[in-house]
Amino acid sequence: MQPHLLEMRNIIKVYPNGVAANRNVDFSLREGEIHAVAGENGAGKSTLMKILFGMEEPSDGEIWLKGERVRFQTPQDAISKGIGMVHQHFMLVPSFTVAENMVLGMEPKKGLSIHVDEAVRMTKELSDKYQLAVDPKAKVESLSVGMKQKVEILKALLRGARILILDEPTAVLTPQETEELFKQLLTLKREGHTIVFISHKLKEVKAICDRITIMRAGTTAGVFDMADITEQEISRLMVGRDVVLKYEKDEVFFGPPVLKVEGLTYVNALGNKALNNIGLSVKAGEIVGIAGVEGNGQAELVKALTGGLEGSRSGKAMVNGSDIGQADMREIRGLGVSYVPEDRMSQGAAKEESISDNIISTRYRESAWNKGLFLKGKQIVKLAESLIEEFKVRCSGPAQPIGMLSGGNMQKVIVARECSTEPLLLIAEQPTRGVDIGAAQLVHKKLLEMRSRNCAILLISADLNEILELSDTLYVMYDGELVAEFDKPSEVTEEELGLYMLGLKKQERRGGHSDAEVL
Amino acid sequence: MLKYFDAIRTLISVAIALVIAFIIIAFVSEDPLGTIGIFLTGPLSSAAQLGNVVEMAIPLMFTGLSVVLLFRSGMFNLGAEGLFYISGLVAAVIAIYGSMNGFLHPAAAILAGAVVGALLSAIPGIMKAKWNADVLVTSLMFNSILAGVGLYFLNYHLRDAAAFANVSYKFQETALLAKLIPGTRIHAGLILVLLCILATHYFMYHTRWGYELRMTGSNRSFAEFSGIKTGRVIVTVHLIAGLLAGMGGSVEVLGMYTRFQWTDLPGYGLDGALVALLAKNNPLSVIGAALFLAYIRIGADQMSILSDVPAELVSIIQAVIILLISAEQFLKMWKNRKLLKEAEKLG
Amino acid sequence: MDNFWGVIFSTDFAFSVLRVTTPILFAALGALISNKAGIINIGMEGTMLTGALAGVIVSAYTGSAWIGLLGAMASGIAISAVLAYFTLKIKTHIILGGIAINMFASGGTVFILYLISGDKGTSTSLQSKVLPNVHIPLLQDIPVLGPILSGHNVLTYLSLLAVAGVYYLLKRTPLGLQIRSVGENPQAAQSVGISVTRIQTIALLLSGFFASLGGAFMSMGYLSLFTRDMTAGRGWIAIAAEALGGGSTVGTFVASLIFGATNAMSNALQILKIPAELIGTFPYAATVVGLLVYAIAETRRRKKKNG
Repeated sequence: MQPHLLEMRNIIKVYPNGVAANRNVDFSLREGEIHAVAGENGAGKSTLMKILFGMEEPSDGEIWLKGERVRFQTPQDAISKGIGMVHQHFMLVPSFTVAENMVLGMEPKKGLSIHVDEAVRMTKELSDKYQLAVDPKAKVESLSVGMKQKVEILKALLRGARILILDEPTAVLTPQETEELFKQLLTLKREGHTIVFISHKLKEVKAICDRITIMRAGTTAGVFDMADITEQEISRLMVGRDVVLKYEKDEVFFGPPVLKVEGLTYVNALGNKALNNIGLSVKAGEIVGIAGVEGNGQAELVKALTGGLEGSRSGKAMVNGSDIGQADMREIRGLGVSYVPEDRMSQGAAKEESISDNIISTRYRESAWNKGLFLKGKQIVKLAESLIEEFKVRCSGPAQPIGMLSGGNMQKVIVARECSTEPLLLIAEQPTRGVDIGAAQLVHKKLLEMRSRNCAILLISADLNEILELSDTLYVMYDGELVAEFDKPSEVTEEELGLYMLGLKKQERRGGHSDAEVL
Repeated sequence: MLKYFDAIRTLISVAIALVIAFIIIAFVSEDPLGTIGIFLTGPLSSAAQLGNVVEMAIPLMFTGLSVVLLFRSGMFNLGAEGLFYISGLVAAVIAIYGSMNGFLHPAAAILAGAVVGALLSAIPGIMKAKWNADVLVTSLMFNSILAGVGLYFLNYHLRDAAAFANVSYKFQETALLAKLIPGTRIHAGLILVLLCILATHYFMYHTRWGYELRMTGSNRSFAEFSGIKTGRVIVTVHLIAGLLAGMGGSVEVLGMYTRFQWTDLPGYGLDGALVALLAKNNPLSVIGAALFLAYIRIGADQMSILSDVPAELVSIIQAVIILLISAEQFLKMWKNRKLLKEAEKLG
Repeated sequence: MDNFWGVIFSTDFAFSVLRVTTPILFAALGALISNKAGIINIGMEGTMLTGALAGVIVSAYTGSAWIGLLGAMASGIAISAVLAYFTLKIKTHIILGGIAINMFASGGTVFILYLISGDKGTSTSLQSKVLPNVHIPLLQDIPVLGPILSGHNVLTYLSLLAVAGVYYLLKRTPLGLQIRSVGENPQAAQSVGISVTRIQTIALLLSGFFASLGGAFMSMGYLSLFTRDMTAGRGWIAIAAEALGGGSTVGTFVASLIFGATNAMSNALQILKIPAELIGTFPYAATVVGLLVYAIAETRRRKKKNG
């Protein structure tokens, strides 16, 4: 048994809003290994790594490095102990050269000036040593994503990193770049560096990692040598439900399709297919769920349906027979579409404005709520009052600014707004993320009520409880594609779902009857 | 309590500023108490003084209202300054050369000034809405450009060679605004500005456009999400704000002067920002904020005449008020504690 | 018209361009540094005014122009420190903070002047000193160049040196690199252990330092006394010059010269009955056009990237 280079013991992190992101997490690294950290969104990986890199302080727990207790209050503390991190969003200054970015904050000096030649030399030396070829004099803004990532790795190495944390490094890379990255990581390993590799992509994890820590719901679900565990087992440990919800669902006869998507394909700015030949339909009275690990095209799909996708795409999206390919949000809403956005704060609400102002934002243009230029103030307040009661929003009244409510109550207002316009189609994106159980249950009940009233609902969620329990039809999205379709979601096992979500399995031809192909 | 947090913070800021002023007076004046007394009660000492307060508040209300609209829609535009000036000049031209009967003449002059103000104001608005050009810098540039253009017209086309100072020809009698209260110079502009404030309040809280304006200012991406065309909102806000600033300049020129005599920007635009800040971007509060500002200015004037402390003390008070009112962190701890309690109460 | 060109191409005119540019250039360099760190300091006018008064008062009391200059610098740095405290620490809006500084200075300088001298308009009763003019040996004997470049106030030369200094600071020194990184991507700066607040504070103090030099020139070089609101909008011109200069040191220098030249021209134009007021607006109009062209290009670029 090798001694541990680094140990995190009993890490607990509770955020001020009461969310416990880490509960008694143990994590350890052996010198010179590539160690995968895998888990669903919200499993606590990011929090744990932020604690390790000094960006967050743990509520409780200890970090031991080479047998010595350490405390990291800022990233600087972690850097000085030889820990480096490559963030998903690169921390580079675009107008600077590679060499300038490399030495920022630790510039070599000649007199008062930066010793530019020395900076270039240091960059060159390091890039030769680790075979991470970069041009020290190139401007960062002109580099490809893969190149920028190399600069980030070199930056960490230059600061003496012996432990390197890579946060989903392959998410932004092309397959060729990924392959190159793996070669470089193996080089680093040979040089004695220890690497933490955060990823959802099990094939990649399997390919280059020595050990894996699996996280689920804020705790450690297991630590394994890669040789001792199959991808299927990893998936089973990663994907699971904590609480099983049960709702009574009314018998509903589905009507004609309200939303039809055919062959929708979208290539993003990186040149990857963010949406690949998506085809689905949502009928009146049907809840269609889309499950999947985040970042597999769900956000792009929602944007394509709500007028937020810039750039070219092929394929069709139709609401009640009207093409919404080029329509903007206003036109789409005009067709009877409602949308509960993922990001409450930036899209869902105007924080400083009152609850009633937030409630009428999507309907004030309708004649029921205005007389020409003038708004019908009394009716609006009445509407707000009745929705506050119906959705049990805890507040002092319709005039209270929405920003003063708790997250759950704010979400109730948003759901109330979107549900109360009698929509034909409701797009709900992570409708219960970060809200308390009470609010979540209320939102679920309202969605089912909408379903009974013959509304077509497209539910995008990373919460398996919610999506398995509510959906009539369930799709799984992986790498921009719908890789599975289930007619009876409540009978699908988590295990099976996990295989699709993590890209280990794919249905040959969509349609529940076709045979699944194990990849 | 929390509901009134902003109001309380405003009052505390004002109180701190006044205390600082009193402390300065105490150090500077031979008779501190007497001086403070004059400063505080001077404006109340006679009808004429009270009149001065109201007269001074009129232009402050116009520009304050204009800035309220801009700030409320999230636009950091300081262009009211230049618009106020150039519109005053436009009104002056009509006052000098137009010949109309009593009521029509000032109405036409004010309308012309307001329209010019609106159109000029729209330019930075369009630049912002369409290409996201920074309104702060463009509006500052416009101030300088309009000042130059205005001065050119004054010097080359309107200047009365017979007058000793750098002033325009005399306005026609018919163009001047009627005085409302004998013994003061309070003019009909007061009624106009109060009407504008009421209209703006109604506009902001009871019309679709006002609603769109508030949503755009509070959270532009939320407004877009709700289907509001925010670009159009931004241009509209600029038009209305320009209209108000322009109207203010015209009214001030016709109400207070008989010739156009501004050889530089009169400063009411930046004062408007201070008024908007004091009024917490609320149209009705503009009345109180402008009167308060006018009050301390007249008080300071009285103080400088009747005591040994100069009136410029007031600019120190204003600076402190601005620094404190717009300070997010000021009294934040107190607010957070209250918020927590409130949240606990609601569960 | 011949007369006009005669004036423009005279050595006197070129000399006066440099003279008039000096305060604008100082303040524009100050605006440049704070903008580079991502904070717009619109309190330049007030900072200049404060520097102008402090220079006069300190030099009058110490009898030394040089100590007066130090006093001016100290006042500029101090007032910027107040601005930095409010905007960076207790989060006053930076634009409103700048307005507050301007308001404070325009009245506060008069207030202080009155307390010290009993006079509200000018500082004639104070025996303030003037910074010397410098005649450069050899250079002053060269025809054309001599009369243009020699005999300026010492601060005019310093302003030209400051251009080189600021260029060097921003381009070549660690501090400059850090200032630019904070302005461009504060998270990146933070991730390598640079304190954003600290760098922005330094940038604000430097901008105050340069603005106060511009102010000192006004009261201890351009004129030999302090008068109420004597900066007369030069702080705003400096902000315009920085914008017209496109955020580069050389650009800011050239733009300041353009503003200086149009200012200097106004005297010549007045004589010739050409409306100097209108000519004076050209650089501002050019700034607006420049901003517009830049904004349109940015919009196109963004669209193309997403398209």
